[in-house]
Amino acid sequence: MKLDNISKMLLEKIANLHEIPDGAVSFRRNGKGELIRSTPHIEISRKADGSGIDIHVLSACQNEACHIPVVVSENGIFDEVYNDFYIDKGAVVTIVAGCGVHSSGEAGHNGIHTFHIGENAVVTYVENHIALGSGQNKVLNPVTNIDMQKNSSMTMETNQLGGVDFSDRVTKANLKAGASLMVKEKILTSGFNVTKTNFRVVMTGEDSKCNIVSRSVARGESEQVFKSDLIGKAECFGHVECDGIVLDNARIDSVPKVCARDKNASLSHEAAIGKIASEQIVKLMTLGLNKEQAESKIIEGFLK
Amino acid sequence: MLELSHIYYKIKDKDTEKTILEDISCVFDSDCVTAITGHNGSGKSTLTKIIMGILKPTSGKIYFNGRDITDMSIDERARLGLTYAFQLPITFRGITIKELIDIASNENNSIPKACEYLSKVGICAKDYIYREYDKTLSGGEQKRIELALAIAKKGDCVIFDEPEAGIDLWSFERLNNLFEKGKCYIVVSHQSRLLERADKILLLTNGRVADYGDSSKVMRNMTNMTCARVKED
Repeated sequence: MKLDNISKMLLEKIANLHEIPDGAVSFRRNGKGELIRSTPHIEISRKADGSGIDIHVLSACQNEACHIPVVVSENGIFDEVYNDFYIDKGAVVTIVAGCGVHSSGEAGHNGIHTFHIGENAVVTYVENHIALGSGQNKVLNPVTNIDMQKNSSMTMETNQLGGVDFSDRVTKANLKAGASLMVKEKILTSGFNVTKTNFRVVMTGEDSKCNIVSRSVARGESEQVFKSDLIGKAECFGHVECDGIVLDNARIDSVPKVCARDKNASLSHEAAIGKIASEQIVKLMTLGLNKEQAESKIIEGFLK
Repeated sequence: MLELSHIYYKIKDKDTEKTILEDISCVFDSDCVTAITGHNGSGKSTLTKIIMGILKPTSGKIYFNGRDITDMSIDERARLGLTYAFQLPITFRGITIKELIDIASNENNSIPKACEYLSKVGICAKDYIYREYDKTLSGGEQKRIELALAIAKKGDCVIFDEPEAGIDLWSFERLNNLFEKGKCYIVVSHQSRLLERADKILLLTNGRVADYGDSSKVMRNMTNMTCARVKED
């Protein structure tokens, strides 16, 4: 499949791909599904109503990957897709999603992803978002709904890599006994970007676990609001951690909330927001970096 | 060679002005280890931070290899060849030890080359090279890596602020081996074994130079001063 230069650049940014990869793939560009390819263990099909795709990962899938990148490079496209993932018992799969927008006008993408994760299945989900180009209203609103059966596990890495003017990011999960959800989120905003992040995780099963780590950097006049709601309804362990670096006139609000609905629920949260520690800048300057290089290096490490 | 000329450092303490350093003039020679010592609060670390540009002197001049560096920034001084190892190492999130060695040496080191710097401070390099330089490392590990970064910088003038703090005797011997011929070393220390190792000692008392010269002479004077004080008591 031939890709234009903008699509190639966006693919590289969101999925570290230089071309459409082998294996299970769904590639969507400017509101149209351009390529769907299944493999023996990962079946991808279009929904009958055209609203998105269904991805069925069979139990026989062990350590295979599925890529579902989205590219929006035309002005005026506001794409909305509903993708459902059915992960069978015991499957082990890595799903690389993400959306790149490049426009000189308004453009956006709302990806509503719903995961049905079977018992003992192991899912690694990577989702990267970036917006480039001179457009002033580049919008990305990812929604992730997760239903986790007994002893399943999911590691979710979500990154908003910059340039997104407005984003409302929602993640909701329900964990049954022994299920484990690990979330690592990284957000970079600048200019007048506004990003809202909202997690709601309900742990209904015994020995379920959830760990949410969010790291964010806000520059310029940008605003970020981080909200998390961790609810323990059984003997479970939950922790949420939100660290932010604020530069210039930016704002970060962090509202971590934990709710115990069972006396054996163990829940904790921590939030730390502040500027870059001056002694870190000084240390890197003693090694020869100038102030701007030192700040960049510290932010790069913080968001690594 | 590093020269300090009439360095003063004063701070505002509520409504009054407090003098931290008063009229410090001193020459730190190349191919020489100079120890700066004195009681707590005598101005040792302040003086070295002024040399590195971390603090600005109220007045006075600093010359490095004949060049006036008084108004230069920290990084400009670092690029000229001044290096600073902190008393309390400063850690980072997400930056590996290898990355810091590369920054310090201003090159993309091969793994064996980067490991050499760590081996010099007595740590098993392969276990550390891709670790983040963060608070999961023990104080002793942080301290050794701090010293390794100073070595990797390859400066003409290296400042160690209490390098022996937090490291054991075995590491101290390694530390002693770090001093290379031809370079200017400035070491802030209270430890007699380091003072004995030094070629020269600068003794500070209440922000002033109380004594400066060959280490044996200054140590003799320090002993006499201590004996006199004991007799007075």
